[in-house]
Amino acid sequence: MSMINYASREINCKLVYYGPGLGGKTTNLEHVYGKVSPNTRGKMISLATETERTLFFDFLPVDLGTIRGFKTRFHLYTVPGQVYYNASRKLILKGVDGIVFVADSQLERMEANIESMQNLYDNMAEYGYDLTKIPFAVQYNKRDLPNASPIKDLQEALNPGWQVTDAARQQVLPDPNFPGEFLVKQLPTGEWVERAPTHEAVAVQGDGVFETLKTVSKLVLKTLG
Amino acid sequence: MPGASSWSFREEDFKRITGLLGGLLRETNVRSLLLVDRAGQIVANVGEAPQFDTQAFASLTAADFSANDQLAKMIGEHEFSSLFHQGEKESMYLADVARRVILVALFDSRTTLGLVRLKVKSAVEELTQLFEEMFNRAGTEAPKIEGFGGKEAEDEIDKLFGD
Repeated sequence: MSMINYASREINCKLVYYGPGLGGKTTNLEHVYGKVSPNTRGKMISLATETERTLFFDFLPVDLGTIRGFKTRFHLYTVPGQVYYNASRKLILKGVDGIVFVADSQLERMEANIESMQNLYDNMAEYGYDLTKIPFAVQYNKRDLPNASPIKDLQEALNPGWQVTDAARQQVLPDPNFPGEFLVKQLPTGEWVERAPTHEAVAVQGDGVFETLKTVSKLVLKTLG
Repeated sequence: MPGASSWSFREEDFKRITGLLGGLLRETNVRSLLLVDRAGQIVANVGEAPQFDTQAFASLTAADFSANDQLAKMIGEHEFSSLFHQGEKESMYLADVARRVILVALFDSRTTLGLVRLKVKSAVEELTQLFEEMFNRAGTEAPKIEGFGGKEAEDEIDKLFGD
């Protein structure tokens, strides 16, 4: 639910970081908070338990700059990843403009990733939002760990692609982040499929954090045109 | 955007909203009035400029209201149309407007909850009418900004990210 204020020439957009517990959603926001100039970001709010697990959400407003004379501000939110907190997780999706799914690359977290992705689809559907039509990016986090699954396996499980029925979108689109891969392509069966753009990341070191934010922000801003 | 209902308001809407809030401020003697949308964005503020981070405040207000909505459903209520948080010196009263925005009144001992509640109730009716007009006018289509789809805008977006 982007809000455009013509009086103050401001655009506000809401991005939500989703994914399984301990996957690195809060770490993504913390890295952005640490790297962005204090003039262009607000205070970071974290509603967390005593053990620093997200209870309700983390919130960080970031001013991106001016586009076509409009000051653009992104509100970044995380959701609590633990299965138990679904009621509050769903609330954060209200009015979302773009989603980043932060997957935990570790082999033993594959089930948790799949469950969380399914939960995202379900919660979006309950609001009447279609995940295949709103700005959406996937981040494969913790790539530095020795037990990280191959990207190919993660893609197959979490981002297999959805059918493209709109003829205007049925054009081959290379994936800028993975040479040789495609975001939109035609299968041998003739069917066109699209995948969400993806990034590899090591959020604790900041690798891939801004790249992911950039991808999803650009997609959101393009929807305003 | 499909699904997510976006909205925009024009300068004249903004003037009507702030005019209405200005009237409420005088009638109630509250310190400050804020209007926050359900997605956690600040729409308007009249009265004393708050000394806190208004963006953080707006996001927490929206979350507070959403959480309370769910609690209402659990006990068999459709919603809690207003909430009151009492502090030792400062208190806040929150009221739903057209299921899309939240009116927040921040007040201290210079006024009373009874007066705030009474006056907010009639202001909410006027605001509801005003917002419904705005939403009807906007329809359900996402607002578009002229020139945002073009190549120039794309270049500006790329530049922001240092491409």
